[in-house]
Amino acid sequence: MTSLPHTGAAPGLEASFLAHLQQHQPQLVPAPVTGLAETPVPHATTIVALLYQGGVIMAGDRRATMGTTIASSRMEKVFPADTHSVVGVSGAAGIALDMARLFAVELEHYEKIEGTELSLLGKANRLAALVRAQLPALSQGLVALPLFAGVDAITGAARIISFDITGGRYQEHHHHTIGSGSPYARGSLKKLWSPGLAEDDALRVAVHALIDAADDDAATSGPDSRRRIWPVVYTVTADGNERVDEARVASVAEQIMDQRGDDRS
Amino acid sequence: MNQSFYVSPQQLMKDRADFARQGISRGKPVVLASCAAGIVLVTENSSTSLRKLSEIYDRIGLGAVGRYNEFEALRQNGVRYADTRGYAYDRADVTARGLVSHYAGILGELFLTGAKPLEVEIAVAEVGASLDDDRLYRVSFDGTVTESTPVIVIGGGAEQLQQRLSSEWDSQRPLDDAITAIQSAWTDATGEMAWETAVLDRDRAAVGGRSFRRRTRHGRH
Repeated sequence: MTSLPHTGAAPGLEASFLAHLQQHQPQLVPAPVTGLAETPVPHATTIVALLYQGGVIMAGDRRATMGTTIASSRMEKVFPADTHSVVGVSGAAGIALDMARLFAVELEHYEKIEGTELSLLGKANRLAALVRAQLPALSQGLVALPLFAGVDAITGAARIISFDITGGRYQEHHHHTIGSGSPYARGSLKKLWSPGLAEDDALRVAVHALIDAADDDAATSGPDSRRRIWPVVYTVTADGNERVDEARVASVAEQIMDQRGDDRS
Repeated sequence: MNQSFYVSPQQLMKDRADFARQGISRGKPVVLASCAAGIVLVTENSSTSLRKLSEIYDRIGLGAVGRYNEFEALRQNGVRYADTRGYAYDRADVTARGLVSHYAGILGELFLTGAKPLEVEIAVAEVGASLDDDRLYRVSFDGTVTESTPVIVIGGGAEQLQQRLSSEWDSQRPLDDAITAIQSAWTDATGEMAWETAVLDRDRAAVGGRSFRRRTRHGRH
């Protein structure tokens, strides 16, 4: 007898797109990539995020590297995950982009099925599940790690959440950075960040941290004023997320480089 | 002793159709209509949490009448269909026509072989770049699909309402006027009615985002 098609997902997970794929379309679920550790593939590098008065800001440089080659000078690594959160990715680029895309569908799917947004920690836990799924690839394969930031639609609290490959999820205080340039960006954030930054100042700190990372990490690109390539920056507030206008990022980046005397040497 | 009587296929289908029609005709109508700003979706609904109008995908909306558990299951199934397709191919590759065929398959199959036919009727709309690109479909309980522009009505008393609205529909009307026009044409319109309204916003669809917006509830028209 034919009956109405049912999701087949575990009770309580009917609104999960990932659970739906696992049940009905397992071939579409990103599988861990193993046995490729020695093969050069594009890698995405530095992401920074910091809290400011009323929200959180995330910025990513534009370089993807493949061994010592620059694979892309215009890669975008920070994406809106839904209206109240953003995700930045580092690591194996193909895996990272797939993760960000699937995560965005997961959030939208829940919202449409349930008629309401997931809580911020609920979103982070779903992302942690995607991160953990790569664990089999850890020793001899390729992995990607995200950085998640958002504002809880109900409480209005802004949060930055980082992940480790075992699916650990950590709430970061004040600011955080991931990727190959992160040791340098972190030092910069520590010196420049202060509580209660205004949005303009937060933008300056984020771009400055990326410039500092690019100074010392070959895999991170600095602003390229000749070819007009600037970091991708998103803000998230209770009103939703918004991509910071490229002209505004450009003007902040040029100001910082001017102050440091980069073009006069 | 158990006796089974011969029932002709014609009679069997007719009985099933009558059964489904009865269930559907008890539901309040749902109207989907094209206007310059996008596609408006309007129905009467006293509940603020049990919706009859919903978002399926970027440019696609759904209106449903009939038995709640059945159309809710179809709605969720449609969201899964659209999200899976958009993830496997691209967001631009999810179309109302594909969704309608999917629904027609399920409804047709259940009408013929299910324990009972589904007592639902659904309307699917896709907002396009211009009025000419809008698509409005009705899928009936037996899987029959009809396309109609610029207005489509489903549910109880749908035919009269469809005629009344189609004959004088002005697609160039502003959004609020379009909604008011639909509400005024309601068969048993009274002063105090609870409306559920939504819109597939043409401008938002044009920039490639989710275009479905619920509108704040109107207590009256």
